[in-house]
Amino acid sequence: MTVPKIRIRGLCKSFGSKRVLDGIDLDVEAGTSMVVIGGSGSGKSVLLRCILGLIEPDAGRIEIDGVDVIERSRAEQDAIRARIGMLFQAGALFDSLSVWENVAFGLLAGRGARRMSRDAARVRAGEVLAQVGLDPSVGDLAPAELSGGMQKRVGLARAIAATPEILFFDEPTTGLDPIMGAVIDGLIVDCVKRLGSTAIAITHDMASATRIGDRAAMLYQGRLVWQGAAGELLDSGNPLVDQFTHGRREGPIGMELRR
Amino acid sequence: MSRLFDLVAGLGRAVLATVSGAGRLALFALIGLSHLLRPPFYWRNFASAFFEFAFFSLPVVALTAIFSGMVIALQSYTGFSRFNAQSAIAGIVVLSVVRELGPVLAGLMVAGRVGAAMAAEIGTMRVTDQIDALGTLSTDPMKYLVAPRLLAGILALPLLVVVADILGVLGGFVVSTVKLGFSPSAYIASTFSFVQPIDVTVGLAKAAAFGFLIALMGCYNGYNSRGGAQGVGASTTAAVVAASILVLCFDYVLTEMFFSR
Repeated sequence: MTVPKIRIRGLCKSFGSKRVLDGIDLDVEAGTSMVVIGGSGSGKSVLLRCILGLIEPDAGRIEIDGVDVIERSRAEQDAIRARIGMLFQAGALFDSLSVWENVAFGLLAGRGARRMSRDAARVRAGEVLAQVGLDPSVGDLAPAELSGGMQKRVGLARAIAATPEILFFDEPTTGLDPIMGAVIDGLIVDCVKRLGSTAIAITHDMASATRIGDRAAMLYQGRLVWQGAAGELLDSGNPLVDQFTHGRREGPIGMELRR
Repeated sequence: MSRLFDLVAGLGRAVLATVSGAGRLALFALIGLSHLLRPPFYWRNFASAFFEFAFFSLPVVALTAIFSGMVIALQSYTGFSRFNAQSAIAGIVVLSVVRELGPVLAGLMVAGRVGAAMAAEIGTMRVTDQIDALGTLSTDPMKYLVAPRLLAGILALPLLVVVADILGVLGGFVVSTVKLGFSPSAYIASTFSFVQPIDVTVGLAKAAAFGFLIALMGCYNGYNSRGGAQGVGASTTAAVVAASILVLCFDYVLTEMFFSR
Protein backbone atom coordinates (compact mmCIF):
# COMPACT_ATOMS: atom_id res chain seq x y z
CA MET A 1 0.00 0.00 0.00
CA THR A 2 1.46 3.40 -0.99
CA VAL A 3 1.85 6.11 1.63
CA PRO A 4 -0.23 9.20 0.81
CA LYS A 5 1.79 12.33 0.12
CA ILE A 6 -0.28 14.14 2.74
CA ARG A 7 -2.10 12.26 5.46
CA ILE A 8 -4.14 14.02 8.14
CA ARG A 9 -5.68 12.27 11.10
CA GLY A 10 -7.89 13.66 13.86
CA LEU A 11 -6.87 17.29 13.24
CA CYS A 12 -8.52 19.68 15.70
CA LYS A 13 -8.19 23.42 16.11
CA SER A 14 -10.22 25.83 18.20
CA PHE A 15 -10.06 29.58 18.58
CA GLY A 16 -11.46 30.37 22.01
CA SER A 17 -14.75 28.51 22.28
CA LYS A 18 -15.12 28.16 18.52
CA ARG A 19 -14.09 24.76 17.20
CA VAL A 20 -12.91 25.40 13.65
CA LEU A 21 -11.48 21.97 12.82
CA ASP A 22 -13.09 19.01 14.54
CA GLY A 23 -11.28 15.77 13.80
CA ILE A 24 -10.27 16.10 10.15
CA ASP A 25 -9.14 12.92 8.38
CA LEU A 26 -7.81 13.44 4.87
CA ASP A 27 -5.46 11.63 2.47
CA VAL A 28 -3.99 13.25 -0.63
CA GLU A 29 -2.18 10.88 -2.97
CA ALA A 30 1.07 11.96 -4.61
CA GLY A 31 0.63 13.73 -7.91
CA THR A 32 -3.09 14.39 -7.42
CA SER A 33 -5.04 17.58 -6.76
CA MET A 34 -7.48 17.75 -3.87
CA VAL A 35 -10.05 20.52 -3.74
CA VAL A 36 -11.58 21.39 -0.38
CA ILE A 37 -14.84 23.29 -0.61
CA GLY A 38 -16.87 24.88 2.13
CA GLY A 39 -18.58 28.08 3.14
CA SER A 40 -16.88 31.19 4.39
CA GLY A 41 -15.48 30.63 7.88
CA SER A 42 -15.75 26.86 7.60
CA GLY A 43 -12.04 26.43 8.42
CA LYS A 44 -10.59 25.84 4.96
CA SER A 45 -7.81 28.39 5.34
CA VAL A 46 -7.08 27.18 8.88
CA LEU A 47 -6.66 23.66 7.50
CA LEU A 48 -4.06 24.84 4.99
CA ARG A 49 -2.27 26.96 7.57
CA CYS A 50 -2.09 23.99 9.94
CA ILE A 51 -0.48 21.84 7.24
CA LEU A 52 1.96 24.66 6.46
CA GLY A 53 2.86 25.03 10.13
CA LEU A 54 1.64 28.62 10.30
CA ILE A 55 -0.97 27.61 12.90
CA GLU A 56 -0.34 24.99 15.56
CA PRO A 57 -3.20 22.49 15.78
CA ASP A 58 -4.65 21.49 19.15
CA ALA A 59 -4.61 17.78 18.33
CA GLY A 60 -4.10 15.32 15.50
CA ARG A 61 -1.37 14.28 13.09
CA ILE A 62 -0.23 15.79 9.82
CA GLU A 63 2.10 13.53 7.85
CA ILE A 64 4.00 14.42 4.71
CA ASP A 65 5.56 11.37 3.05
CA GLY A 66 4.73 9.45 6.22
CA VAL A 67 6.57 11.85 8.54
CA ASP A 68 4.60 13.67 11.23
CA VAL A 69 5.43 17.34 10.71
CA ILE A 70 3.89 18.70 13.91
CA GLU A 71 6.39 17.15 16.30
CA ARG A 72 9.44 18.17 14.26
CA SER A 73 12.02 20.75 15.30
CA ARG A 74 11.88 24.26 13.86
CA ALA A 75 14.69 23.49 11.40
CA GLU A 76 12.98 20.30 10.23
CA GLN A 77 9.69 22.16 9.80
CA ASP A 78 11.51 24.80 7.73
CA ALA A 79 12.98 22.07 5.54
CA ILE A 80 9.51 20.58 5.02
CA ARG A 81 8.07 24.02 4.25
CA ALA A 82 10.75 24.57 1.63
CA ARG A 83 9.11 21.72 -0.32
CA ILE A 84 5.75 23.51 -0.34
CA GLY A 85 4.63 26.43 -2.50
CA MET A 86 1.55 28.47 -1.70
CA LEU A 87 -0.64 30.85 -3.64
CA PHE A 88 -2.39 33.13 -1.16
CA GLN A 89 -5.94 34.40 -1.62
CA ALA A 90 -4.94 38.03 -2.17
CA GLY A 91 -1.57 37.21 -3.69
CA ALA A 92 0.34 38.40 -0.58
CA LEU A 93 3.03 39.91 -2.79
CA PHE A 94 5.68 41.92 -0.96
CA ASP A 95 4.93 45.45 -2.03
CA SER A 96 8.37 46.74 -1.05
CA LEU A 97 9.95 44.48 -3.68
CA SER A 98 9.72 44.40 -7.46
CA VAL A 99 7.79 41.63 -9.21
CA TRP A 100 10.91 39.64 -10.10
CA GLU A 101 12.21 39.89 -6.53
CA ASN A 102 8.86 38.57 -5.34
CA VAL A 103 9.02 35.63 -7.74
CA ALA A 104 12.64 34.86 -6.86
CA PHE A 105 12.24 35.47 -3.12
CA GLY A 106 12.37 31.78 -2.14
CA LEU A 107 15.39 31.23 -4.37
CA LEU A 108 17.30 34.16 -2.87
CA ALA A 109 16.33 33.18 0.68
CA GLY A 110 16.98 29.43 0.24
CA ARG A 111 19.67 27.60 2.12
CA GLY A 112 22.64 25.66 0.73
CA ALA A 113 22.35 24.38 -2.81
CA ARG A 114 18.85 25.83 -3.19
CA ARG A 115 20.16 29.38 -2.81
CA MET A 116 20.77 31.28 -6.04
CA SER A 117 22.77 34.37 -6.88
CA ARG A 118 20.71 37.47 -7.69
CA ASP A 119 21.61 37.21 -11.38
CA ALA A 120 20.62 33.56 -11.63
CA ALA A 121 17.46 34.17 -9.62
CA ARG A 122 16.48 37.02 -11.91
CA VAL A 123 16.84 34.77 -14.98
CA ARG A 124 14.79 32.07 -13.26
CA ALA A 125 12.12 34.63 -12.33
CA GLY A 126 11.82 35.63 -15.99
CA GLU A 127 11.37 31.97 -16.99
CA VAL A 128 8.69 31.37 -14.40
CA LEU A 129 6.86 34.59 -15.29
CA ALA A 130 6.77 33.36 -18.90
CA GLN A 131 5.31 30.05 -17.69
CA VAL A 132 2.36 31.89 -16.16
CA GLY A 133 1.83 33.95 -19.30
CA LEU A 134 3.56 37.16 -18.24
CA ASP A 135 6.24 38.97 -20.15
CA PRO A 136 9.54 38.91 -18.24
CA SER A 137 9.62 42.73 -18.50
CA VAL A 138 6.79 42.72 -15.93
CA GLY A 139 9.49 41.71 -13.45
CA ASP A 140 10.67 45.29 -13.13
CA LEU A 141 7.27 46.61 -12.07
CA ALA A 142 6.01 47.01 -8.52
CA PRO A 143 3.16 44.68 -7.45
CA ALA A 144 0.87 47.70 -6.99
CA GLU A 145 1.15 48.43 -10.71
CA LEU A 146 -0.43 45.09 -11.63
CA SER A 147 -4.09 44.16 -12.07
CA GLY A 148 -5.68 41.58 -9.74
CA GLY A 149 -5.32 38.82 -12.33
CA MET A 150 -1.68 39.65 -12.95
CA GLN A 151 -1.00 39.70 -9.21
CA LYS A 152 -2.50 36.20 -8.96
CA ARG A 153 -0.24 35.04 -11.77
CA VAL A 154 2.80 36.54 -10.06
CA GLY A 155 1.72 34.82 -6.83
CA LEU A 156 1.48 31.56 -8.77
CA ALA A 157 4.91 32.18 -10.31
CA ARG A 158 6.35 32.74 -6.83
CA ALA A 159 4.72 29.53 -5.58
CA ILE A 160 6.20 27.39 -8.36
CA ALA A 161 9.60 29.12 -8.74
CA ALA A 162 11.39 26.67 -6.46
CA THR A 163 9.67 23.65 -8.12
CA PRO A 164 7.89 22.52 -4.95
CA GLU A 165 6.65 18.98 -4.41
CA ILE A 166 3.43 20.28 -2.86
CA LEU A 167 1.33 23.25 -3.89
CA PHE A 168 -1.42 24.95 -1.92
CA PHE A 169 -3.93 27.31 -3.45
CA ASP A 170 -6.07 29.49 -1.19
CA GLU A 171 -9.14 30.70 -3.10
CA PRO A 172 -7.17 31.10 -6.34
CA THR A 173 -10.02 32.68 -8.34
CA THR A 174 -11.59 34.93 -5.69
CA GLY A 175 -12.07 38.46 -6.96
CA LEU A 176 -11.38 37.59 -10.60
CA ASP A 177 -13.79 37.73 -13.54
CA PRO A 178 -14.87 34.31 -14.91
CA ILE A 179 -12.51 34.42 -17.87
CA MET A 180 -9.49 35.36 -15.76
CA GLY A 181 -10.59 32.72 -13.22
CA ALA A 182 -10.53 30.10 -15.97
CA VAL A 183 -7.09 31.32 -17.11
CA ILE A 184 -5.71 31.02 -13.56
CA ASP A 185 -7.25 27.56 -13.18
CA GLY A 186 -5.68 26.50 -16.47
CA LEU A 187 -2.28 27.77 -15.33
CA ILE A 188 -2.65 25.95 -12.02
CA VAL A 189 -3.48 22.65 -13.76
CA ASP A 190 -0.55 23.12 -16.18
CA CYS A 191 1.89 23.93 -13.37
CA VAL A 192 0.79 21.02 -11.21
CA LYS A 193 1.11 18.58 -14.13
CA ARG A 194 4.43 19.97 -15.32
CA LEU A 195 5.97 19.82 -11.83
CA GLY A 196 4.27 16.53 -10.92
CA SER A 197 3.28 18.20 -7.66
CA THR A 198 0.62 17.22 -5.18
CA ALA A 199 -1.89 20.03 -4.74
CA ILE A 200 -4.54 21.12 -2.30
CA ALA A 201 -6.82 23.97 -3.33
CA ILE A 202 -9.52 25.50 -1.21
CA THR A 203 -12.31 27.34 -2.91
CA HIS A 204 -16.02 28.00 -2.99
CA ASP A 205 -15.96 28.56 -6.74
CA MET A 206 -17.54 25.37 -8.15
CA ALA A 207 -16.32 25.93 -11.71
CA SER A 208 -12.79 26.33 -10.37
CA ALA A 209 -13.14 23.26 -8.13
CA THR A 210 -14.12 20.98 -11.00
CA ARG A 211 -11.39 22.37 -13.25
CA ILE A 212 -8.54 22.09 -10.73
CA GLY A 213 -9.37 18.99 -8.71
CA ASP A 214 -8.95 15.27 -9.19
CA ARG A 215 -10.57 14.67 -5.81
CA ALA A 216 -12.76 16.90 -3.68
CA ALA A 217 -13.89 17.14 -0.08
CA MET A 218 -16.40 19.37 1.68
CA LEU A 219 -15.74 21.00 5.04
CA TYR A 220 -18.78 21.86 7.13
CA GLN A 221 -18.81 22.85 10.78
CA GLY A 222 -15.21 21.73 11.22
CA ARG A 223 -15.72 18.25 9.74
CA LEU A 224 -15.20 16.74 6.32
CA VAL A 225 -18.74 15.69 5.48
CA TRP A 226 -18.01 14.31 2.02
CA GLN A 227 -15.09 13.13 -0.11
CA GLY A 228 -15.15 11.91 -3.68
CA ALA A 229 -14.05 12.55 -7.24
CA ALA A 230 -14.12 16.22 -8.19
CA GLY A 231 -16.29 15.32 -11.18
CA GLU A 232 -19.02 14.14 -8.80
CA LEU A 233 -19.22 17.45 -6.95
CA LEU A 234 -22.30 18.66 -8.76
CA ASP A 235 -24.07 15.31 -8.40
CA SER A 236 -22.77 13.89 -5.15
CA GLY A 237 -26.00 12.70 -3.60
CA ASN A 238 -24.97 14.32 -0.33
CA PRO A 239 -27.60 16.90 0.67
CA LEU A 240 -25.00 19.25 2.21
CA VAL A 241 -22.79 19.14 -0.87
CA ASP A 242 -25.74 19.43 -3.24
CA GLN A 243 -27.09 22.50 -1.47
CA PHE A 244 -23.65 24.12 -1.42
CA THR A 245 -22.62 23.35 -4.99
CA HIS A 246 -25.98 24.43 -6.42
CA GLY A 247 -26.21 27.48 -4.19
CA ARG A 248 -29.68 26.64 -2.86
CA ARG A 249 -31.14 28.72 -0.05
CA GLU A 250 -33.19 25.80 1.21
CA GLY A 251 -31.49 22.77 2.67
CA PRO A 252 -29.65 21.38 5.67
CA ILE A 253 -27.09 24.21 5.70
CA GLY A 254 -28.68 27.08 7.57
CA MET A 255 -27.53 30.68 7.44
CA GLU A 256 -25.05 30.93 10.27
CA LEU A 257 -25.64 34.19 12.05
CA ARG A 258 -23.46 33.49 15.03
CA ARG A 259 -21.72 30.46 16.40
CA MET B 1 -20.61 40.57 47.99
CA SER B 2 -20.83 39.44 44.37
CA ARG B 3 -19.92 42.99 43.31
CA LEU B 4 -16.75 42.74 45.35
CA PHE B 5 -15.92 39.40 43.72
CA ASP B 6 -16.53 40.93 40.28
CA LEU B 7 -14.26 43.83 41.15
CA VAL B 8 -11.47 41.55 42.37
CA ALA B 9 -11.91 39.24 39.37
CA GLY B 10 -11.73 42.21 36.99
CA LEU B 11 -8.64 43.49 38.74
CA GLY B 12 -7.06 40.05 38.57
CA ARG B 13 -7.82 39.76 34.87
CA ALA B 14 -6.27 43.18 34.22
CA VAL B 15 -3.12 42.26 36.17
CA LEU B 16 -2.84 38.92 34.36
CA ALA B 17 -3.30 40.61 30.99
CA THR B 18 -0.65 43.20 31.81
CA VAL B 19 1.86 40.60 33.03
CA SER B 20 1.27 38.27 30.09
CA GLY B 21 1.52 41.22 27.68
CA ALA B 22 4.83 42.27 29.23
CA GLY B 23 6.04 38.68 28.97
CA ARG B 24 5.06 38.46 25.29
CA LEU B 25 6.82 41.75 24.57
CA ALA B 26 9.98 40.65 26.40
CA LEU B 27 9.98 37.34 24.54
CA PHE B 28 9.47 39.15 21.23
CA ALA B 29 12.41 41.44 22.00
CA LEU B 30 14.69 38.56 23.00
CA ILE B 31 13.83 36.55 19.90
CA GLY B 32 14.38 39.62 17.72
CA LEU B 33 17.76 40.34 19.32
CA SER B 34 18.81 36.69 19.16
CA HIS B 35 18.43 36.81 15.38
CA LEU B 36 21.14 39.47 15.28
CA LEU B 37 23.57 36.83 16.49
CA ARG B 38 22.52 34.09 14.06
CA PRO B 39 23.03 34.30 10.29
CA PRO B 40 21.73 35.16 7.81
CA PHE B 41 21.39 38.90 8.41
CA TYR B 42 19.35 40.91 5.93
CA TRP B 43 21.64 43.86 5.23
CA ARG B 44 19.36 45.42 2.63
CA ASN B 45 16.51 45.57 5.13
CA PHE B 46 18.87 46.99 7.74
CA ALA B 47 20.12 49.66 5.33
CA SER B 48 16.58 50.61 4.38
CA ALA B 49 15.46 50.88 8.03
CA PHE B 50 18.63 52.75 9.01
CA PHE B 51 18.10 55.25 6.21
CA GLU B 52 14.48 55.71 7.30
CA PHE B 53 15.55 56.29 10.90
CA ALA B 54 18.62 58.43 10.40
CA PHE B 55 18.25 60.30 7.13
CA PHE B 56 14.55 60.92 6.65
CA SER B 57 14.07 61.89 10.30
CA LEU B 58 16.88 64.41 10.12
CA PRO B 59 14.82 67.49 9.15
CA VAL B 60 12.22 67.13 11.89
CA VAL B 61 14.82 66.30 14.55
CA ALA B 62 17.06 69.16 13.42
CA LEU B 63 14.25 71.71 13.55
CA THR B 64 13.08 70.47 16.94
CA ALA B 65 16.61 70.63 18.37
CA ILE B 66 17.50 74.06 17.04
CA PHE B 67 14.28 75.70 18.27
CA SER B 68 14.54 73.95 21.63
CA GLY B 69 18.06 75.30 22.12
CA MET B 70 16.86 78.78 21.23
CA VAL B 71 13.94 78.62 23.65
CA ILE B 72 16.11 77.33 26.51
CA ALA B 73 18.51 80.23 26.03
CA LEU B 74 15.66 82.75 26.09
CA GLN B 75 13.87 81.22 29.07
CA SER B 76 17.10 80.76 31.04
CA TYR B 77 18.04 84.36 30.44
CA THR B 78 14.64 85.56 31.68
CA GLY B 79 15.00 83.60 34.92
CA PHE B 80 18.73 83.80 35.56
CA SER B 81 19.05 87.54 34.92
CA ARG B 82 17.01 88.12 38.11
CA PHE B 83 19.90 86.60 40.09
CA ASN B 84 22.74 87.98 37.95
CA ALA B 85 23.53 84.43 36.87
CA GLN B 86 23.49 84.99 33.10
CA SER B 87 26.94 83.43 32.81
CA ALA B 88 25.38 80.02 33.52
CA ILE B 89 23.19 80.14 30.40
CA ALA B 90 25.73 78.46 28.13
CA GLY B 91 26.04 75.61 30.64
CA ILE B 92 22.29 75.31 31.07
CA VAL B 93 21.79 75.10 27.31
CA VAL B 94 24.49 72.54 26.64
CA LEU B 95 23.65 70.29 29.60
CA SER B 96 19.90 70.43 28.91
CA VAL B 97 20.38 69.60 25.27
CA VAL B 98 23.09 66.96 25.57
CA ARG B 99 21.78 65.16 28.64
CA GLU B 100 18.02 65.39 28.13
CA LEU B 101 16.44 67.31 25.32
CA GLY B 102 18.55 65.93 22.48
CA PRO B 103 17.81 62.26 23.18
CA VAL B 104 14.25 62.76 24.43
CA LEU B 105 13.03 65.12 21.70
CA ALA B 106 14.74 63.09 18.97
CA GLY B 107 13.19 59.95 20.49
CA LEU B 108 9.70 61.44 20.57
CA MET B 109 9.96 62.80 17.04
CA VAL B 110 11.27 59.51 15.69
CA ALA B 111 8.63 57.56 17.63
CA GLY B 112 5.95 59.57 15.86
CA ARG B 113 7.55 59.34 12.47
CA VAL B 114 9.40 56.04 12.16
CA GLY B 115 7.63 54.03 14.88
CA ALA B 116 4.28 54.74 13.27
CA ALA B 117 5.55 53.91 9.77
CA MET B 118 7.09 50.65 11.02
CA ALA B 119 3.90 49.55 12.76
CA ALA B 120 1.79 50.46 9.72
CA GLU B 121 4.08 48.65 7.27
CA ILE B 122 4.44 45.46 9.30
CA GLY B 123 0.76 45.59 10.30
CA THR B 124 -0.29 45.80 6.66
CA MET B 125 2.01 42.89 5.89
CA ARG B 126 0.32 40.93 8.67
CA VAL B 127 -3.27 41.56 7.55
CA THR B 128 -2.48 40.93 3.88
CA ASP B 129 -0.81 37.56 4.60
CA GLN B 130 2.64 38.82 3.57
CA ILE B 131 4.13 37.69 6.88
CA ASP B 132 2.63 34.21 6.44
CA ALA B 133 4.00 34.25 2.88
CA LEU B 134 7.50 34.89 4.26
CA GLY B 135 7.12 31.77 6.38
CA THR B 136 6.25 29.69 3.31
CA LEU B 137 9.35 30.99 1.52
CA SER B 138 11.92 29.64 3.99
CA THR B 139 12.25 33.05 5.65
CA ASP B 140 11.77 33.71 9.35
CA PRO B 141 9.74 36.94 9.64
CA MET B 142 11.48 37.82 12.91
CA LYS B 143 14.85 37.59 11.20
CA TYR B 144 13.72 39.35 8.02
CA LEU B 145 11.53 42.12 9.44
CA VAL B 146 12.30 42.62 13.12
CA ALA B 147 16.03 42.05 13.70
CA PRO B 148 17.26 44.55 11.04
CA ARG B 149 14.87 47.23 12.34
CA LEU B 150 15.96 46.73 15.96
CA LEU B 151 19.62 47.13 15.01
CA ALA B 152 18.81 50.14 12.83
CA GLY B 153 17.05 51.81 15.75
CA ILE B 154 19.93 51.12 18.15
CA LEU B 155 22.55 52.54 15.77
CA ALA B 156 20.66 55.34 14.03
CA LEU B 157 19.21 57.28 16.94
CA PRO B 158 22.60 58.08 18.53
CA LEU B 159 23.70 59.53 15.18
CA LEU B 160 20.57 61.66 15.04
CA VAL B 161 21.19 62.78 18.62
CA VAL B 162 24.75 63.89 17.77
CA VAL B 163 23.20 66.17 15.14
CA ALA B 164 20.45 67.26 17.54
CA ASP B 165 23.05 68.08 20.23
CA ILE B 166 25.11 70.22 17.86
CA LEU B 167 22.08 72.05 16.47
CA GLY B 168 20.50 72.53 19.90
CA VAL B 169 23.68 74.13 21.25
CA LEU B 170 23.94 76.17 18.05
CA GLY B 171 20.37 77.44 18.56
CA GLY B 172 21.24 78.59 22.08
CA PHE B 173 24.46 80.15 20.80
CA VAL B 174 22.64 82.13 18.08
CA VAL B 175 20.02 83.51 20.46
CA SER B 176 22.58 84.29 23.18
CA THR B 177 25.02 86.09 20.89
CA VAL B 178 22.62 87.78 18.46
CA LYS B 179 19.72 88.66 20.74
CA LEU B 180 21.07 88.63 24.28
CA GLY B 181 24.45 90.24 23.59
CA PHE B 182 26.80 87.49 24.76
CA SER B 183 30.36 87.41 23.44
CA PRO B 184 30.66 84.47 20.99
CA SER B 185 34.08 83.38 22.24
CA ALA B 186 33.05 83.58 25.89
CA TYR B 187 29.87 81.63 25.18
CA ILE B 188 31.79 78.87 23.40
CA ALA B 189 34.41 78.72 26.14
CA SER B 190 31.69 78.53 28.78
CA THR B 191 29.91 75.76 26.85
CA PHE B 192 33.04 73.59 26.72
CA SER B 193 33.85 74.22 30.36
CA PHE B 194 30.44 72.96 31.47
CA VAL B 195 30.03 69.85 29.33
CA GLN B 196 31.87 66.63 30.25
CA PRO B 197 32.42 63.52 28.11
CA ILE B 198 30.10 61.54 30.41
CA ASP B 199 27.24 63.91 29.56
CA VAL B 200 27.59 63.20 25.85
CA THR B 201 28.19 59.48 26.37
CA VAL B 202 25.13 59.00 28.55
CA GLY B 203 23.04 61.06 26.13
CA LEU B 204 24.08 58.78 23.30
CA ALA B 205 23.48 55.68 25.40
CA LYS B 206 19.99 56.97 26.12
CA ALA B 207 19.49 57.50 22.39
CA ALA B 208 20.50 53.90 21.64
CA ALA B 209 18.02 52.66 24.26
CA PHE B 210 15.27 54.89 22.85
CA GLY B 211 16.00 53.74 19.30
CA PHE B 212 15.65 50.14 20.42
CA LEU B 213 12.37 50.86 22.22
CA ILE B 214 10.89 52.74 19.25
CA ALA B 215 11.80 49.96 16.80
CA LEU B 216 10.59 47.31 19.25
CA MET B 217 7.18 48.93 19.76
CA GLY B 218 6.76 49.56 16.02
CA CYS B 219 7.62 45.96 15.17
CA TYR B 220 5.70 44.38 18.06
CA ASN B 221 2.47 46.27 17.48
CA GLY B 222 2.66 45.85 13.72
CA TYR B 223 3.47 42.17 13.99
CA ASN B 224 0.46 41.57 16.21
CA SER B 225 -2.01 43.57 14.13
CA ARG B 226 -5.39 41.92 13.64
CA GLY B 227 -8.33 42.63 11.36
CA GLY B 228 -8.06 45.06 8.50
CA ALA B 229 -7.38 48.77 8.12
CA GLN B 230 -8.83 49.52 11.54
CA GLY B 231 -6.53 46.97 13.18
CA VAL B 232 -3.49 48.44 11.46
CA GLY B 233 -4.56 51.93 12.55
CA ALA B 234 -4.98 50.78 16.13
CA SER B 235 -1.58 49.11 16.17
CA THR B 236 0.04 52.22 14.71
CA THR B 237 -1.47 54.40 17.42
CA ALA B 238 -0.47 51.89 20.08
CA ALA B 239 3.10 51.82 18.77
CA VAL B 240 3.51 55.60 18.94
CA VAL B 241 1.85 55.96 22.35
CA ALA B 242 3.77 53.06 23.89
CA ALA B 243 7.10 54.17 22.43
CA SER B 244 6.59 57.76 23.62
CA ILE B 245 5.72 56.68 27.14
CA LEU B 246 8.61 54.23 27.28
CA VAL B 247 11.03 56.91 26.06
CA LEU B 248 9.97 59.19 28.91
CA CYS B 249 10.00 56.40 31.52
CA PHE B 250 13.42 55.10 30.48
CA ASP B 251 14.75 58.65 30.35
CA TYR B 252 13.95 59.00 34.03
CA VAL B 253 15.42 55.58 34.86
CA LEU B 254 18.66 56.26 32.96
CA THR B 255 18.97 59.76 34.41
CA GLU B 256 18.50 58.31 37.90
CA MET B 257 21.19 55.72 37.16
CA PHE B 258 23.83 58.08 35.79
CA PHE B 259 23.17 61.59 37.08
CA SER B 260 21.41 61.27 40.43
CA ARG B 261 24.62 61.68 42.46
